[in-house]
Amino acid sequence: MTDVVLNTGDTAWVLASTALVLLMTPGLSLFYGGMVRAKSVLNMMMMSMVTIGIVSVLWVIYGFKLAFGYEANSQWYGALSLSGLGSAVNELTNNGGVYPIPLLAFAAFQLMFAIITPALISGAIADRTKFTAWAVFVGVWVTLVYFPVAHWVFAFGNKVGDNVSGAGFLAARGVEDFAGGTAVHINAGAAGLALAIVLGKRVGWRRESMRPHSMPLVLIGAGLLWFGWFGFNAGSALGANGVAALALLNTQVATAAAALGWLLVEKFRDGHPTSLGVASGAVAGLVAITPACAFVAPWAAVVIGLIAGILCALAVGLKYKFNFDDSLDVVGVHLVGGLWGCLSIGLFGSSAINSLGLDGIFYGGGTVLLGKQAFGAFFVMAYSFIATLIIGFIIEKTIGFRVKPESEAAGIDYDQHAETAYELTSSSRGGFSS
Amino acid sequence: MKLITAIIKPQKLDDVKEALVAAGIIGMTVSEAKGFGRQLGLTEVYRGAQYKVDLIPKIRLEVLVSAKNADKAIKLITDAARTGNIGDGKVWATPVESVIRVRTGESGEEAI
Repeated sequence: MTDVVLNTGDTAWVLASTALVLLMTPGLSLFYGGMVRAKSVLNMMMMSMVTIGIVSVLWVIYGFKLAFGYEANSQWYGALSLSGLGSAVNELTNNGGVYPIPLLAFAAFQLMFAIITPALISGAIADRTKFTAWAVFVGVWVTLVYFPVAHWVFAFGNKVGDNVSGAGFLAARGVEDFAGGTAVHINAGAAGLALAIVLGKRVGWRRESMRPHSMPLVLIGAGLLWFGWFGFNAGSALGANGVAALALLNTQVATAAAALGWLLVEKFRDGHPTSLGVASGAVAGLVAITPACAFVAPWAAVVIGLIAGILCALAVGLKYKFNFDDSLDVVGVHLVGGLWGCLSIGLFGSSAINSLGLDGIFYGGGTVLLGKQAFGAFFVMAYSFIATLIIGFIIEKTIGFRVKPESEAAGIDYDQHAETAYELTSSSRGGFSS
Repeated sequence: MKLITAIIKPQKLDDVKEALVAAGIIGMTVSEAKGFGRQLGLTEVYRGAQYKVDLIPKIRLEVLVSAKNADKAIKLITDAARTGNIGDGKVWATPVESVIRVRTGESGEEAI
């Protein structure tokens, strides 16, 4: 396949999208950091920041090959290789067909997805997680869960002539997931539920006030997530083209509608529309439109977003009914939003909008696509939940996953990092030592 | 000499300050405080979860006055701080044994 030449426009868009998606993880750390108490904001943000470090290194050493290598010709994993991407220089991307962008641009873009997925999980175990245990968890989890699942969903195989080899299990079955409803959001949501169960509830849960310590940080974080998400969704077109434009517009309108949906629930249920509600609704909409953004019409994106906002606003109350401390609602927002987004393609998917997709129920396609979507969504959810439960229990029984209760009560920032976030007084607390 | 302590709503501080200064009672110490009285508390809602906020932000105002000015100061503070709603606060006076101005060393009523 030497007839495809590198396209500078496509390459520029994928490189820019890569930077946009990277920004989502510091954005997430602000979104999460504002939602915890002042005594644990640094630890919350550090869980995201160290994830950037660990996953980036593992990705170059073996992660990209494990997810997107095709040498093993397996539907379950890519390739076992420690080649460190040296052989990928000067190659074009081949993922179910050749794209006119460097393989390394694709590798860098996909790295950002591998980073934010484990970072999302950290919200479920806020305020109480031993930092070293989290770092070990991230390395093990991406290796055993994210890298293989990314292969199942995102690897469309090495295409040479008419032969496609090494396509992922769910990709080959026609499960439609444009930018990561299954591999990113259902995956992170199910893992968050498993870890919330392994670690148990925070000291004082449902007794002490655990209100967000800084709503402005939450809103800045939500804004950065929204901004970066254009790279996440529209960048997944892997080119500067009509599919990217559709994905970008759908991302905007679904998110807007979801923010409104969440506010409506609050207005009618609680009496006041809140700033945490508008931020949470926006993220719920971003999650739900992620798998669907290139397969549905903009009007359908509005419907998907509105339903996502309403559904997730109701779902965040589930943890009180079932008594698990998913501290920042990774389950209520990412698992529920991700499930809805994946299933929604089975309703609103249209082959006229995107020739790579099938028609959903509302376009006369019957329940075939909905069945594929449900299979993919529940398969990833079950694998992620069980695998994470096992990894979590092993870490808990060996090095321990939680800090001591007294350290948690006094504040995890000082206990784990010897830092505190805020100095809001001008009176001295001491002087330089050594 | 008396120390008058007042717990008032934060938004009434400027009114109280202006009333005292206009009456020639100069000088006060203000601190941010939290507490509850009969008002008990408020409820805040985050993602549908209700949190009771029972320590409400207040201003604690401390004014040193001569014995003859005490009743006047108490009346000025009470009138200026009143909104008529629950949570307006309290004012009380305590006797003071001695007062010294740090810069000059003056003591007693001269130091007020």
